[in-house]
Amino acid sequence: MREDVADPTSGRAVESSPFLLELDGIGVWLSGREILRDVRFGIGPGEVVGLIGANGAGKTTIFRLVLGLLSPTSGRVLIEGQPRPRRNRSVGYVPQKISLDPEMPLRSRDLVALGLDGHRLGVPLPSRHRRELVDEMLQAVGATHFADARVGSLSGGEQQRVMIAHALISRPKLLLLDEPLANLDLRSEQEVVELVARVAKDQGLAVLISAHDLNPLLPVVDRVVYVANGHVASGTTGEVVTSEVLTKLYGHHVDVIRLHGRILVAASPGLSAERGELEDSIDGTTADGTTADGTTADGTTADRTTAV
Amino acid sequence: MGGFWSYVVEPGFFESQTVQVALLVGGVVAAISGVVGVFAVLRGQSFAGHAFGDISAAGGAGAFLLNISPLFGFLGMSLVAAGCMEAIGVRRVRGRDVATGVVLGAGLGTSALFLYFNTTLHSTSGAAISVLFGSLFAISTSTVPAVVASATGALAVVLLLYRPLLLSSVGDDIAASRGVAVRVTGAVFLLAMAATVALAAITIGAILSTALLVGPAATALRMTRRPSTAAVTAAAIGAAATWLGCLLAYDSYYWPPVDHGWPVSFCIVAVIVISYLGVEGARSHRLRNASGRAGSENRTTAVAPRAVAASHGGHEAHDGHDALDASRTD
Repeated sequence: MREDVADPTSGRAVESSPFLLELDGIGVWLSGREILRDVRFGIGPGEVVGLIGANGAGKTTIFRLVLGLLSPTSGRVLIEGQPRPRRNRSVGYVPQKISLDPEMPLRSRDLVALGLDGHRLGVPLPSRHRRELVDEMLQAVGATHFADARVGSLSGGEQQRVMIAHALISRPKLLLLDEPLANLDLRSEQEVVELVARVAKDQGLAVLISAHDLNPLLPVVDRVVYVANGHVASGTTGEVVTSEVLTKLYGHHVDVIRLHGRILVAASPGLSAERGELEDSIDGTTADGTTADGTTADGTTADRTTAV
Repeated sequence: MGGFWSYVVEPGFFESQTVQVALLVGGVVAAISGVVGVFAVLRGQSFAGHAFGDISAAGGAGAFLLNISPLFGFLGMSLVAAGCMEAIGVRRVRGRDVATGVVLGAGLGTSALFLYFNTTLHSTSGAAISVLFGSLFAISTSTVPAVVASATGALAVVLLLYRPLLLSSVGDDIAASRGVAVRVTGAVFLLAMAATVALAAITIGAILSTALLVGPAATALRMTRRPSTAAVTAAAIGAAATWLGCLLAYDSYYWPPVDHGWPVSFCIVAVIVISYLGVEGARSHRLRNASGRAGSENRTTAVAPRAVAASHGGHEAHDGHDALDASRTD
């Protein structure tokens, strides 16, 4: 943190920020590479924001900053207008995947309970209050019928539910969901999106949800933050997902087509033939993936390739 | 009654002080190994656990050379190894096996040197067998307090770190984001595991210590759905196997080759392996039956296979038969 921006005590503390979370001119260098440059955006209380970008664009880095697992090279992460404290339980986190062996003896309810007091030392004593809280949370995410199953034996969508309950049980004000829709079939995808929308509304919770495809999130997001090349563009979908803004962000021409309520983002064909990596950098939002997904027999998400 | 018992338990078994020490040390060490082993398996650190055993052999062999209690040799070397692994990078999943392998190689090389000196300088050729494969019936009474103290220390660490350890075995980032000092937690657990393995090394030998650490834990993980139940079950299996192994070794005096007896370490490991195979066999038998049923369900509802998987029946196949967790009370 630089001196010219760090002024945590005097003026800043009283200045009330409209944002629950604010990234203020964040720059991140990791092993000699610039990952993020002058990233600024904010999330208001109760707002659902989509963090959209390709793999490696810096979405996870942004999450690690907000979680305090990584310190920015420059700029500040403010939570409720204050510099982020080292330990902050007002932020809940659901990682992209959890590495749980199907054999691991940890039931859904155990994992949710760890969300309540997993940082504490000692063996938990049986408590009715604790158990009721866990049951309530499992019910809120619709995980009651697999509450006693091993978490590792659950499907991806079920694990997401359990992890969301794990994150919510400590009553955070902000929930971070890292690619919750990755590797989910269409139906689970829809269920998770509906669940997120419901808990955000019921609990007045702000949500930052990352994805490489904006379309499944369209019904729930209030605003979007697009990440590419270490830069971000944020605003409402109408403001950000335009040919002008995305062309500037990606650094090459991008077409934005709205089709039957879905948004198709595509690079111009000439460019993408010239530079193969272009396809990766915008392999996000596509419309024609839907039919392909819908008809795959096993129900898994088909590769979302860019339609050009 | 007397006739049958004297056939199963050889007269003099419980009166022998050697046996009493063996039962006490073996039981305590097996129990703590089971508890620590559950977490070692959960955290994917069984290989590090095995490495501690092999490396501690250098300490054990060194202790024979210096004529001090082998326990302190095993313990010292194992803890040093834990420190080296932590320093090299055992906490990074990718560097873990490499760090373990490097330290393991150094430890085994040193063991070879010390055991060679033992054989050539002191002509104590029994040291190699004793260090590598254990001598539970040769543990001196004076070692007992140190064994019990070390085991209690290791158990205290695991109980204290119970929740942070579980949380970080789900994901280090999740644990760290909740304020768990992931690195310190991992390092302290590594030391507790090193101490446990050193104890297992004096019980059934440096090389076989893995059997005591991983065997009962692996068996318990197949029998239960809850971490606490798994730890208690592993401790019970370990202690029971050790005691049964002692009994078999004592009785084996009359087995062929007559008047020589079988090594106690072999007897213990045999019981552990047989119990694992028994549980695994029973489990896969049940799973086959269950998946047979689930398979026919799937065919009838082929339109919506997800619905079947999501329904309770889907989990039944994986989890429905964990006898130890029949009740869902917390």
